[in-house]
Amino acid sequence: MTALERARRVGSEVAAKYADAVDREARFPGESLAALKESRLLGIMVPTELGGEGAPLSAVIEVCHVLGQYCASTAMVYAMHQIQVACFVRHGLQSEWHRAFLTRCAAEQLLIASATSEAGIGGDVRTSSCAVDLNGDRFYLKKNATVISYGDHADAILVTARRTPDSPASDQVIVLVLRPDYRLEQTSGWDTMGMRGTCSNGYWLHASGSPEQVLPLSFADISAQTMLPTSHIAWSSLWLGIATDAVERARAFIRAEARKKPGTTPPGAVRLAEVVGMLQQMKAGVVAATRRYEAAMQEPEELTSLSFAVGMNSLKTTASQTAVQVVNHALLICGIYGYRNDTDYSLGRHLRDTHSAAVMVSNDRILGHTASLLLVQKQDPGLFA
Amino acid sequence: MTEEIRAILGTTGWLQADVSTLADGDDLYAAGLTSLASVNLMLALEDKFDVEFPERMLRRRTFESIAAIRGAIAELAGEQAPA
Repeated sequence: MTALERARRVGSEVAAKYADAVDREARFPGESLAALKESRLLGIMVPTELGGEGAPLSAVIEVCHVLGQYCASTAMVYAMHQIQVACFVRHGLQSEWHRAFLTRCAAEQLLIASATSEAGIGGDVRTSSCAVDLNGDRFYLKKNATVISYGDHADAILVTARRTPDSPASDQVIVLVLRPDYRLEQTSGWDTMGMRGTCSNGYWLHASGSPEQVLPLSFADISAQTMLPTSHIAWSSLWLGIATDAVERARAFIRAEARKKPGTTPPGAVRLAEVVGMLQQMKAGVVAATRRYEAAMQEPEELTSLSFAVGMNSLKTTASQTAVQVVNHALLICGIYGYRNDTDYSLGRHLRDTHSAAVMVSNDRILGHTASLLLVQKQDPGLFA
Repeated sequence: MTEEIRAILGTTGWLQADVSTLADGDDLYAAGLTSLASVNLMLALEDKFDVEFPERMLRRRTFESIAAIRGAIAELAGEQAPA
């Protein structure tokens, strides 16, 4: 079975079944993650010579899209894991240590979390206060991480930190720390409007390891070339998945209405036509950004260009807003049946989950960043170029 | 030109390191230049040297060191970078 077929099965048979319970209880989607592991979907991006499937990014993006249609929290956990995997697949293959880790990742279906945000740095993940402190052949690292999504359930954590205790705040590296070598001390919980199953608690992270666990390339480069574009595309894709399911419910509602009164078009049908157009626009944005990124991956220079950053930022800010609009439209179509939490057309969870999109990495922050890039970036007058 | 670039870098506070301690080839990003600060650096350079960076130059490597900046401006000004 292809990755897409396996994801569809995990989504429809497992994630869909537990999505409401995960949301209600704000608990980790353990059943879905177990099914994803059993379907060998966690390591698909790992190169074949290391035991993975060497799947392209687009395959992962498709899985995020499918999972988003059944359980947004499952899709978000999967997306975040793959963002971490992408960093090591694209920047760690020269390192024996990271090759060995990726081999384990594929064989044992390890789940990777991340600790990029930190208390006291004003929410900007591109600066760190904590540092890799090398002492002989071991490093020590202590981070007051405001968020480590699914930290309690991960096997390894990608951590950003200053290169040395003497480095400036922006001279950051990525370190991968392994479960036996770290300890988490929870500092905050996760009782939120939506995305309740990602269990994005805050923790003090205490870790140690060998210096080989630090990726050679700077975080600034890895962020621009991989983490940022992969995040924006994977997230947008799963938001598209949530919106797609909302529209599917609206379609089903209109069909049921039409059957009740053959020969007449239900009043909400026009709104359905409108929302299908919005969904199509959103999908086009995700597909175009994925293609653009896959083409640009061959040229690291292109990946650091301002126009590429503007393109990826804009995907995130627009997709996050459109997702809410689409779900809201679907809610208007389904009316009271969408508003209730106990019908086949319920849309409360979809609406709450999509509202996370604009605030998880604040759109205002991203728009501010884009605005400053636009002070020097030039308009692209072309269409297909 | 090198001195003018150094003067811009030295007076703006975009670097966390003292610019006089940096060699022309040193990595400015490692010296604390953030991507946002690099935008302001581009604007200051455009103003100072009366040039406009075209789209193809708007990438990280163009501004990674004093030498790289000098090369880019020299290219735009249609002259050879001073040795």
